[in-house]
Amino acid sequence: MSSSTPFQTNSKIVKWIEARLPIISTLDGALVSYPAPRNLNYWWNFGSLAGFMLVAQLVTGIVLVMHYTPHVTLAFASVEHIMRDVNYGWLLRYAHANGASMFFVVVYIHILRGLYYGSYKAPRELLWWLGIVIFLLMMATAFMGYVLPWGQMSFWGATVITNLFSAIPGVGTSIVTWLWGGFSVDNATLNRFFSLHYLLPFVICAVVFLHLWALHTTKSSNPLGIEIKGEQDTVPFHPYYTAKDMFGLSVFLLFFAYWVFFDPNYLGHPDNYTEANPLVTPAHIVPEWYFLPFYAILRAVPDKLGGVIAMGGAIVILFFMPYLDFSKVRSAKFRPIYKQAFWLLVIDGLILGYVGSQPAEGIWILVGRIASLYYFAHFLVIVPLISWFEKPLPVPESIAKAVLGDKAHG
Amino acid sequence: MRSMMIGAAALLGLGLTAPALAAEGGVPHLEWSFSGAFGTYDRAALQRGFQVYKEVCSACHSMKYLSYRDLRDIGFSEAEVKAIAAQYEVATIDENGDPATRKAEPSDRFHSPFPNDEAARAANGGALPPDLSLMAKARHAGPDYIVALLSGYHEPPPGFVVAEGKSYNAVFAGNNIGMPKPISDDQVTYADGTKATLAQEAHDVATFLMWAAEPKLEERKRIGVKVMGFLGLLSIFTYLSYRRVRRKVQGH
Repeated sequence: MSSSTPFQTNSKIVKWIEARLPIISTLDGALVSYPAPRNLNYWWNFGSLAGFMLVAQLVTGIVLVMHYTPHVTLAFASVEHIMRDVNYGWLLRYAHANGASMFFVVVYIHILRGLYYGSYKAPRELLWWLGIVIFLLMMATAFMGYVLPWGQMSFWGATVITNLFSAIPGVGTSIVTWLWGGFSVDNATLNRFFSLHYLLPFVICAVVFLHLWALHTTKSSNPLGIEIKGEQDTVPFHPYYTAKDMFGLSVFLLFFAYWVFFDPNYLGHPDNYTEANPLVTPAHIVPEWYFLPFYAILRAVPDKLGGVIAMGGAIVILFFMPYLDFSKVRSAKFRPIYKQAFWLLVIDGLILGYVGSQPAEGIWILVGRIASLYYFAHFLVIVPLISWFEKPLPVPESIAKAVLGDKAHG
Repeated sequence: MRSMMIGAAALLGLGLTAPALAAEGGVPHLEWSFSGAFGTYDRAALQRGFQVYKEVCSACHSMKYLSYRDLRDIGFSEAEVKAIAAQYEVATIDENGDPATRKAEPSDRFHSPFPNDEAARAANGGALPPDLSLMAKARHAGPDYIVALLSGYHEPPPGFVVAEGKSYNAVFAGNNIGMPKPISDDQVTYADGTKATLAQEAHDVATFLMWAAEPKLEERKRIGVKVMGFLGLLSIFTYLSYRRVRRKVQGH
């Protein structure tokens, strides 16, 4: 039982369908017989967890929409209606609001896993790029979703972020007016954000489909970073990884449920329980925690346009990882210096996140600038230099040899 | 692997604590019946808190997201709720289509003290008394903050200039608060005989406001405990089945 067998059937009905639309064999190839490296560790659980969170957000979101009203005079009250009068409305809303945070927790770990194990390297560049596209779509979706309850932080967050576009020379102000659908964040803005918040998750689904297509073409990477060389290196996805993913999901749900049931407002901001008021600006406008590192980079640049470019660049730079890192070895397991640089980047991201949560004054301005510079230096200087100078450790011959030792056969 | 695990935990830890790091200065942490995984609302405190709201706060503050029927949750009977609602008048239209008033029903929202924000400002020296429905969730450390605010009316420190028509409050942002000291010792006479000290009244009304902001807290925690238990068991079983499959496939 070392590897997978192609799809076979004796059922006449299945054969009839297969001759017309090979959907069953395709699903079988993707979820059942898909040959997965036999050495995937628990960090590889986060892909399926991200898929689960996408579905969870869709399901809770679709039901919430049945009770929500996208109008500036009614939105806040309709959320309270959900919390007080709709059966289990509190559960739906808390699961959806905390679900967004959980989705980002999972996706950040998924991205970091890719960076650590070199999952972006050939032949998986497209897979990696599609992942970044999903990440960008998620950010847009989460941002617009946060506006919908029409609390103070919804309104002012929307005002700050949409105003960033005014930094574009010449047409900036016109673009902002166009985005708002008026001359301030108002009902037109709320309505279009609602529309797009409902649309984008389905766009994410489509890109996830491409992401999985690319994955099943190149096959999963693995902690050793060496390609699958034969049947002995793989195990069929089902039951091995379905069982492992179910276990991972159960543990993850414990974590998710803790927030929903015991501290549902911890990850939010109290100001969003005050209805939006264009005449009262909150003392500190802070984005949700998952945007804080990028927010810190935005504020680190003294120039508005420069800040916007830096913030965008912080994500765009990820697209270039396959070329910035030209080391022949994929996994950080065999790259002693890259491994350290990876952890420094993680620490740098944490510092940026903390700086983003603080008011932009005093020491935090300096810390934010140094951490932002380091972020870019990591990708533009440190990673290419390491690829050049680092002497990687010897890489095992095959997955089977490394995992099974002498027991490996074939 | 281990270092990656520690790193991820740290990442999560910092990312998740960041929002809580703001504010909370000078607000002491108090004991609440509703905190903790098994917390419930103290019904007697809720009813006393409602009495404080009704007799004091409601003179200026609305609670527009609550209905009288919600009061059944804090231990009032159907008849009591009806009687409480009947003390208020709401606007309606009579059979000729003319504006009229009728007695409030349990299904009506709490009566607001002012017809609109402008009227509220005009009656309060320009300051708008905020709606209290969600106050306990709309401030950092909500209930603790409410108690600290209600007991934060002191003599201003030397040199501090209290703005005209305002009062000094130790915890209010900027220390100039529009609301004059609302409660003192024996501001109300509790129906259950509890001694109405300022601390007692503040604690009771904060409990009531927490319930008003989060009426499903008890149900949420009750279900949460069961969900955690179920998921804990599920994790054990999914782990065991994973181990079984692993043995078959990997030989260990």
